Amino acid sequence: MALNSFSHDLTLFQKIKNYDFVLLLSILILGLTSIFTMYSTDGGEILFHTKSHFIKFSILFPMMIVLSFVNIKYWHAGSYIFYIIILGLLVWVALYGVKASGSRRWIDLYFLNLQPSELMKIAVILCLAKFFHRVRTSSTNTFSSILFSLTIIIIPSILVITQPDLGTAILISLSGLIILWFSGLRIKYFIYSFLIFVTSLPFIISFLKPYQKLRILTFIDPERDPLGSGYQIIQSKIAVGSGGITGKGFLKGTQSYLDFLPEKHTDFIFTLFSEEFGFVGSVLLLLLYSIIIYRIIRAGLISRSFFSRLFCFGFSFAIFLYVATNISMVLGLLPTVGSPLPIMSYGGSSLLATMIGFSIVLSANINHRQNIS
Amino acid sequence: MFDESDNVRKINTINRRLFIITAAKILVFFGLTSRLFSLQVKQNNKYLTLSDKNRIRESKLHPVRGEFRDYFGNIIAGNNEVYQLHIIPEQVEDFRYITLRLKNILNLSEKEFQKIHKKRKEIKAWETIVVSDNLTWEQFSKVNNYLHELAGVKTVLSISRIYPFNENYTHVLGYVSQANEKDIINNENIKEKFVPGIRVGKTGLEKTFENVLLGENDIQRFEVNAYGRKISQLNYQKGSKGQNLNLTLDTEIQKLCTELLKDKSGSICVMDIFSGEVIAMQSSPSFNPNLFLFGINQDDWQLIRNDPMKPLLNKTINGRYSPGSTIKPIVALSALENEIINPEFTVHCKGHKNPLELYGQTYHCWKKEGHGFVNLKEGMKQSCDTYFYEVSRRLGVDRLSETAKKFGLGKKVFGDLFENEKKGLVPNTIWKKNALGQSWVLGETIITGIGQGFIQSTPIQLCLMTAQIANGGYKIYPKILTNDDKKYKDKYKPLFKKSKNIKIIQKAMFSSTNELRGTSYKSRIDNPKYQFAGKTGTAQVKRITDKDRELDLKTFEIPYEERDHALYIAFGPYKNPRYATSIIIEHGGSGGSTAAPIAKKLFKLIIDRHKLRQSIKEKKYLDI
Repeated sequence: MALNSFSHDLTLFQKIKNYDFVLLLSILILGLTSIFTMYSTDGGEILFHTKSHFIKFSILFPMMIVLSFVNIKYWHAGSYIFYIIILGLLVWVALYGVKASGSRRWIDLYFLNLQPSELMKIAVILCLAKFFHRVRTSSTNTFSSILFSLTIIIIPSILVITQPDLGTAILISLSGLIILWFSGLRIKYFIYSFLIFVTSLPFIISFLKPYQKLRILTFIDPERDPLGSGYQIIQSKIAVGSGGITGKGFLKGTQSYLDFLPEKHTDFIFTLFSEEFGFVGSVLLLLLYSIIIYRIIRAGLISRSFFSRLFCFGFSFAIFLYVATNISMVLGLLPTVGSPLPIMSYGGSSLLATMIGFSIVLSANINHRQNIS
Repeated sequence: MFDESDNVRKINTINRRLFIITAAKILVFFGLTSRLFSLQVKQNNKYLTLSDKNRIRESKLHPVRGEFRDYFGNIIAGNNEVYQLHIIPEQVEDFRYITLRLKNILNLSEKEFQKIHKKRKEIKAWETIVVSDNLTWEQFSKVNNYLHELAGVKTVLSISRIYPFNENYTHVLGYVSQANEKDIINNENIKEKFVPGIRVGKTGLEKTFENVLLGENDIQRFEVNAYGRKISQLNYQKGSKGQNLNLTLDTEIQKLCTELLKDKSGSICVMDIFSGEVIAMQSSPSFNPNLFLFGINQDDWQLIRNDPMKPLLNKTINGRYSPGSTIKPIVALSALENEIINPEFTVHCKGHKNPLELYGQTYHCWKKEGHGFVNLKEGMKQSCDTYFYEVSRRLGVDRLSETAKKFGLGKKVFGDLFENEKKGLVPNTIWKKNALGQSWVLGETIITGIGQGFIQSTPIQLCLMTAQIANGGYKIYPKILTNDDKKYKDKYKPLFKKSKNIKIIQKAMFSSTNELRGTSYKSRIDNPKYQFAGKTGTAQVKRITDKDRELDLKTFEIPYEERDHALYIAFGPYKNPRYATSIIIEHGGSGGSTAAPIAKKLFKLIIDRHKLRQSIKEKKYLDI
């Protein structure tokens, strides 16, 4: 088999034996759930979003499986290159990107609009995992390594902020910082920077764009402009709240069906899901995410190489972060920042990034005994 | 490259930090779960309501107004089916073209045409524009002919008020018209049931009984989307029709009243002297209330509003008149009751050459030659002013006012039933002191004795007064609603000290109509079945000067506004009285010549319909 040529140590049988089928199954279930939910957002018809999401998932899911048979060491070897390519794409976006609704985020690839900032979420983790893979414990806290890793984080973040896309920039930064955390960067640094962040908050807020300030104000009191900036979050809470314990039933979510929910395909897809399947459905969905996160952590725990370990832990945190941010946002616990729900939300780039991440995790699982020198 | 111990340290660091992060993750997911629990389980009802509020729009439809019926069950204010013309702009291909077509078909004016276009800008495309709320049959059939070419235009069956007897009941019922801001502010019920174009009572009983007549709206519940477009009808809640009200009025008599008052300004009312049921009540001139249903046009409105005979005024209850000589039965009764005079008390009336003189003022009798020696019966019969000057001088105004008030003058007859019912005025010394700050003078007593001066009454008060004399002097409460069964403690309470005195007054009134030289002798009916007793009255509008007296002009020679009001009160049949009436013709000249002949025609019909009315009454009791 062609794939066999990537691996020198394991037979195909061993690879399959090592394969994490629980994670694979969970991803498949989540993918199918997302297709059905998308079908509901289209008002119970197979329209553009359902079709497109179905096609993307059915291409990317097998792609993930194929990629998972790539030996983890090749991911390790290619990490910097991957990062640099994505960074290059971000620069390209800044110069020639497609502009839509006020921000420049996409590259027009004719068959799809690629959003490199989504891929950067993975690239940052890969890049830093590789960097700290080599660093000794004693030199983790040296000036040069901190400077290097912060540069890795800050350059793409600034590029994304200027798009402007504050939400994604924050997620990229946090995904990077979490690798610093795992690598053993002193806890006091985290505490200090957190304190600096809090004290400079008023200063930062003064730099925010008016619409961003408005989002924060709306978050504090959605009722101040119920038909304007507060509309999304109020309607979202109504949809979730009216779902009740068992929900209104598949295709029976009145809030979404009657167009009260904005952005229901993308950032607010959880709202629709929660309205139709209620508390039980929502908790089950959270459970599914928990299983996925747990399986990713498990892959890290059994891995011999620090690269695999750091990547898995970092990626598991990233998935957790996306889920927590997205759900908190639609439940009115966080200001509205544009952050998709992994796999569930409509959006090719996000799905692509997530699937690449999963394929690396699955690869780490297969090759968990392997050391990377 | 790496030593073993560093690797172990590194792994330990990573795992320790993983533990912290995992704990944080679990905490956050637990937080999200509890938030979900709070929204979806604890506050579910709140959000469910909000969600329903979002998606459900109620649209109220016109409530069906209760009807008015006369005593015999004829509908006197009913509901009529009318055709409305609606346009739904989103179904129209070319709005301008369609409206131009409609303009031609319906002969709309430029103004109406502009109004449709203005409305179009105010509403959403799927809402309805009402082009016309009352298509004539001709318009309706014309539009129906072209309907296939007019996509988005439809004719809709709706319900509207109709007054089948046109001007006959205008003042009693009032009329309905489109609710305005004031109606909505003043009446919670209208506010609650308001739908655009709702008709509400503007005057009369339509207004008084607004709340019971209004009815409940039909309610349509629609599911709408975020933009307010109707998606589907969820349910249809049938409302209920307003309560029907039955009146004591008799349409036939009402019609006769209208006819008798034709081209005159005045009022007729007829009352059952025992039950207090008002049989007829008409004020003239009247107007057609159907004109107001769809908004009266300016020309018609100006015509009604500027008519010098004041059609908008319900003269029966809102018109205040000097009672003139119709007060004399009360004056005489009061004097008898207070034992100031006896029926044989005699006064010498010497005519215009020898008027009564008091403190330099002269008081003339209406008859130039005088009546000679007159007693009570003759005084009433010939309506001798001199006799009553003397009686009232002896009686005094305070005792007179007491009796007058007892018999229903000076206070509202229907209470709050009609808006603006006038109380009239029964003066006495205390009243004058309080109201004008002056002492009462004897001269004012003298003219009060012939129903002039301060004293003012409404036609319905005079009718009630007559009825209470006719029924033998017992208190009654007039009513206009058949099922108005309010219990009054003092109902049928005697108003007299000696019933003999009432008999004397009744006899005197009989002689006034049925004996030679009686003021209404010409209008008598000899047939005992119809025979009635009455008293004429002629109320001066302006002071009669000596010059006028010399000229002694005929009524038609005096300018209309200066002519006297003609009054007549009567009851019949005399042998066994049942009905009382009061008639007033503004500027009609003398009571005997103008008002009394009306009573003659009226009584014929009233008595003829008595049997029918009785049978209905018995049937009503049987039904119970």
